[in-house]
Amino acid sequence: MALEESHVRRAAHLARLAVSDDQASGFVDDLSRILDMVDQLQSLDTEGVMPLSHPLDATQRLRADEVTESNQRDTFQRCAPAVENGLYLVPRVVE
Amino acid sequence: MQWETVIGLEVHVQLATRSKIFSGASTAFGAEPNTQACAVDLGLPGVLPVLNEQAVAMAVQFGLAVHADIAEVSVFDRKNYFYPDLPKGYQTSQMYHPIVGPGEVEITLEDGSTKRIRIHHAHLEEDAGKSLHEDFHGMTGIDLNRAGTPLLEIVSEPDMRSSKEAAAYLKAIHSIVTYLGISDGNMAEGSMRCDVNVSVRRTSQDPLGTRAEIKNVNSFRFVERAIAFEVERQIELIEDGGSVVQETRLFDPDRDETRSMRTKEEANDYRYFPCPDLLPVVLDQAYLDHLRGQLPELPADKRERFQNELGLSAYDANVISASRDMAEFFEAVHSVCGDAKQSANWVQGELSGALNRENLSIANSPISARQLGELISRVLDDTINGKAAKEVFQALWNGQGESADEVIDAKGLKQVTDTGAIEAMIDQVIADSPAQVAQYRDSEPEKRGKMIGYFVGQVMKASRGTANPQQVNGLLKEKLDALL
Repeated sequence: MALEESHVRRAAHLARLAVSDDQASGFVDDLSRILDMVDQLQSLDTEGVMPLSHPLDATQRLRADEVTESNQRDTFQRCAPAVENGLYLVPRVVE
Repeated sequence: MQWETVIGLEVHVQLATRSKIFSGASTAFGAEPNTQACAVDLGLPGVLPVLNEQAVAMAVQFGLAVHADIAEVSVFDRKNYFYPDLPKGYQTSQMYHPIVGPGEVEITLEDGSTKRIRIHHAHLEEDAGKSLHEDFHGMTGIDLNRAGTPLLEIVSEPDMRSSKEAAAYLKAIHSIVTYLGISDGNMAEGSMRCDVNVSVRRTSQDPLGTRAEIKNVNSFRFVERAIAFEVERQIELIEDGGSVVQETRLFDPDRDETRSMRTKEEANDYRYFPCPDLLPVVLDQAYLDHLRGQLPELPADKRERFQNELGLSAYDANVISASRDMAEFFEAVHSVCGDAKQSANWVQGELSGALNRENLSIANSPISARQLGELISRVLDDTINGKAAKEVFQALWNGQGESADEVIDAKGLKQVTDTGAIEAMIDQVIADSPAQVAQYRDSEPEKRGKMIGYFVGQVMKASRGTANPQQVNGLLKEKLDALL
């Protein structure tokens, strides 16, 4: 798949990553090579093969429905830039 | 011009677990902000989510209740987007392999007819936090207590054709989840939230029209109103030569309209991928069988049994089976008095009326099912008449007495069925009412039927309401006609 710089910019925007012009053209090359490899993988016949959703050959363990966490708000909020009345403050979000 | 409305619903049900879906933080409602948001919920680095067994069990129970295929293997995916109430930058959800596959729900319409609505699938996911937009020096406040609360998103097929059907479907889902006890179903507190997909087309043969998604419709009534408004808007738009755009709209209950939400500069691209922190969830047959064994009798089965075995009307059976609490109260009343029709009448009439007046739920009824059942028994065995029964009901409601019998004794409400006693009262009334007797005698025979009412009233008054009205009627007629 031929990747263009606009694809890189869009992916960077969705991931909220700042990318300079120099970096962007570098990423076009790097990511294109990765996609070429994916194309190669996709040429394999996978008919009847279950999609692999996790590399470990294991299944999810479940926990009992118990409250095990105590209130540690003060500790957690120590690294927040702004808090008030127990709330985390963020730049205004307009709906 | 005839139009057909096509509706599909996405219902988010908050599961009634004690702890969150991926962490051991409490899900209790109404706590101080951020006191129930732990490191996992906050998305701090290095944390690992562990799935709550109860959330899985509840999702499976729902699936079994709607006759759905339960996935032997289900997988959690990350839905990526940025919003401050989602600190991880993604919502853990199930995009490709949901836990509950296709199923169906039967809805009952107002005329008593039923219709099957197909369920496309239901998946487990986590809720986000809450943004508070009051002014914090130009900033927004974030409370993450709700982040990580387990949700079951139930997605229907576009099988509904009117706002009434959509409301009936939502009620059916509400009834199933509350019967199962997997959610408190409290719409006012957001335990059930609903997104409505609406489109219109000329005929049922046409392909589906472009749909609008109405977000956050949070009551049965709003579902009907939002759809009614949206259908009218779309039809007008098309008839004026325009076309519907696929968009998300918000229902404003105050103005009774839907409004386009600000179009995002970039179309949503959630870049779903399997969550590497969670392994596939594998359920075996023994586990499913175990959960199936724990299912209670569900609303549709109860409705059918009430109708077929207890002889209730379709309407009564539907109203009473809709809520598990009401159904169980009704069954308890019935087991005491043995008369299903009377039990249904009292539960839906006198009791529901009194509960509504005082804004109480049936679970908090001041009158117990045993008390009501005994009261009905006293009407059935002619100990009291209908008028006295209402008085006994009121007394029991007000806590004046432990049982119907106690109130009947204390208030002297026992019905007088002794013919001699009634005759004595009638003779007294006739003796005291010479003018009315003369009038009765002199009037046309066909008018006498009406005039007898006066005498019945007097006798009932003399008996302080305790005489058997049918007996009074019969005996009065005999005695008055003997005077002709």
